[in-house]
Amino acid sequence: MTGLHLAQTDNPAMQKEEGKTTTEKRNTTAPNQWVEQYADYFYAYTIARINDEELARDLVQETFLAGLERLDRFEGKSTERTWLTAILRNKIVDVYRQRSSGLNNDNAISNIDEQDDFFNADDGHWKETHYPKEFARTPDDQLLAKEFHIVLRRCMNKLPSLWIAVFTMKHMDELATENICKELKVTAANFWVIVHRTKLNLRACLQKNWT
Amino acid sequence: MNDLNKIIYNCRKATFLIEKKQLSRLTVREQLELRVHIAGCSICRTFQRQSILINGQVRNIFQSRMPDSTLPEAFKKDLQERINKELEK
Repeated sequence: MTGLHLAQTDNPAMQKEEGKTTTEKRNTTAPNQWVEQYADYFYAYTIARINDEELARDLVQETFLAGLERLDRFEGKSTERTWLTAILRNKIVDVYRQRSSGLNNDNAISNIDEQDDFFNADDGHWKETHYPKEFARTPDDQLLAKEFHIVLRRCMNKLPSLWIAVFTMKHMDELATENICKELKVTAANFWVIVHRTKLNLRACLQKNWT
Repeated sequence: MNDLNKIIYNCRKATFLIEKKQLSRLTVREQLELRVHIAGCSICRTFQRQSILINGQVRNIFQSRMPDSTLPEAFKKDLQERINKELEK
């Protein structure tokens, strides 16, 4: 199927023609249009999940190159975009895995207990200094939401990478908990502890910084 | 009753359940515990409201197209040229 396409790109005239008829039906690929069609979308997709412009650029590039290498395995069952997005997503998860593996991972989990200062150890009450208070504002229009997102991002960046990985994977693609645990090698119990700690910290950080 | 008493006064457990509830399903017992706690604890009610707000905003971030983050044109041009070169191989 894709062999056909590769044959076409050998012929400049046909390549041009295919460029015009990229929009699918039979789910073909047109790598000569990839950058124009997907690069900005993939870049934004990656930036939202990995807050690192240089790395995001690399991942977009790697995704296209990996796609080229696997062109012969594109069966047209999904759209080209879905297929490439899956490649990109796997690369993003790889980054999460690297960032949170080994030592970092151990630290992130053992830190959970050490940092447990939101509540009294004996009865589980909020410590008075950590009482959640109302946010100074609510992000109820677009402009405020944008500001809120900036602060939220900054707060997320302060957390251990394993926590961010868990949090992001759960919220970004609404992945099943079991899959996240498997991909990041955390137990189900630790998964929920991390979710809890992440939110406690994010909320506190927002209260303090979104003013 | 003792167990229920514990959760009534345990904000750590209550906030844990608030998080779990948003991403998964609570057991009947957990639902009851949380409801009882929330009814009597205004601090955790504030936490819950804010936690839901944060989750909603996080989802907005991930779903938004973020048109302000686009790649430099020069980078895109180089990248497409590289792809085209690979195609010619």
